[in-house]
Amino acid sequence: MNNTAKIIVVLTIISIISGGVLAVLDSFTRPRIEDYAEKVKNAAIYDVLPESVKVEVIKVKIDDEEREVYKAIKKNEVVAYAFQVSGSGFQSDLVLMVGVSPDFSELNSLKILSQMETPGLGTRIEEEWFIEQFKGLKLKPSVTYIKNAKPSKDNEIQAITGATISSAAIVDILNTEINKVRLAMNK
Amino acid sequence: MNKKPAIQELVKGLWDENPVLVQLLGLCPALAVTVSAENGLAMGLAATFVLLCSSFLVSLFRKVIPSQVRIAAYIVIIATFVTIADRFLAAFVPDISKSLGPFIPLIIVNCMILGRQEAFASKNGIGRSLLDALGMGLGFTMTLLLLSSIREILGSGTWFGMQIMWKGFGWKVMVLPPGAFLALGCLIAGANWINSRRKA
Repeated sequence: MNNTAKIIVVLTIISIISGGVLAVLDSFTRPRIEDYAEKVKNAAIYDVLPESVKVEVIKVKIDDEEREVYKAIKKNEVVAYAFQVSGSGFQSDLVLMVGVSPDFSELNSLKILSQMETPGLGTRIEEEWFIEQFKGLKLKPSVTYIKNAKPSKDNEIQAITGATISSAAIVDILNTEINKVRLAMNK
Repeated sequence: MNKKPAIQELVKGLWDENPVLVQLLGLCPALAVTVSAENGLAMGLAATFVLLCSSFLVSLFRKVIPSQVRIAAYIVIIATFVTIADRFLAAFVPDISKSLGPFIPLIIVNCMILGRQEAFASKNGIGRSLLDALGMGLGFTMTLLLLSSIREILGSGTWFGMQIMWKGFGWKVMVLPPGAFLALGCLIAGANWINSRRKA
């Protein structure tokens, strides 16, 4: 066998084996990976809604894109809505799950689904004290943030020192993205 | 050509030819992911797994792979095992997979792994190649664990997530990129100092 043919044959065989091994691997890791993403999302939906509610999925069209909104029902009454919102943080996309009151005037709770902010600084947006501040936060007229002081108004949160941009990004996502869903639902 | 006792191939990677401290290979992951001890350990073990499997295959096929395309062949072999490690972490330990982010796929271009294939596994038998890979992998893992422990303890006051310094302690720069350079620089200086004294 001449050398050129040998090169082609060897590389082809290596690549075929590699592809085959990875295809087999994918077939049994994919369900687990998808299950996990689904579990994280589902847990987040219940986390941001009031306790013991029944959840119904409704579709809402925003900017020609169909989005899922989760309607929380208790004793035949809508008590809250949950949906996913996203936007840019300091260096990554922030994906949040939010729960809002039926008239969209108040935030029930918020959960961060994914973020890749600066380790040790921006990643602190996942800290409990920071997330706690969003419980019962008024969304009207708009959410604001304050630095180095305890928030004094019911539509205000305290930004994280050293992570002001990440904190502000969350506030910004709340103000713009929740409004989009509200308008799409005619609330 | 190789007269050294086989055990030497294992031991040399731990200190004398330590990939990070002496050969200065694989510095990108060593600097980037060592913000917490957990990350450092996971990255070290993932790289060791890839190195062991790749060295085994490269050594096994060293007489079949034409030298003109050897690097391409090594990369395909390495990439296959990296993908296995990546998918495995994502499926079974999703939290660690999330915090290592893009650095697991980047093991493919880790110069330590390619370096061992080119410098060792392609010229030596399977037994010695496996010992060499294990030694280098353990040396890499130990160094990453040490570096990430220093950074996590000084930067966040915790070790493997456990609070070991007083609350509120944290020298923030240590978990940021400059901290990686500072800590690694001190480690390499320390290693050089010990080596120069041993020789004297």
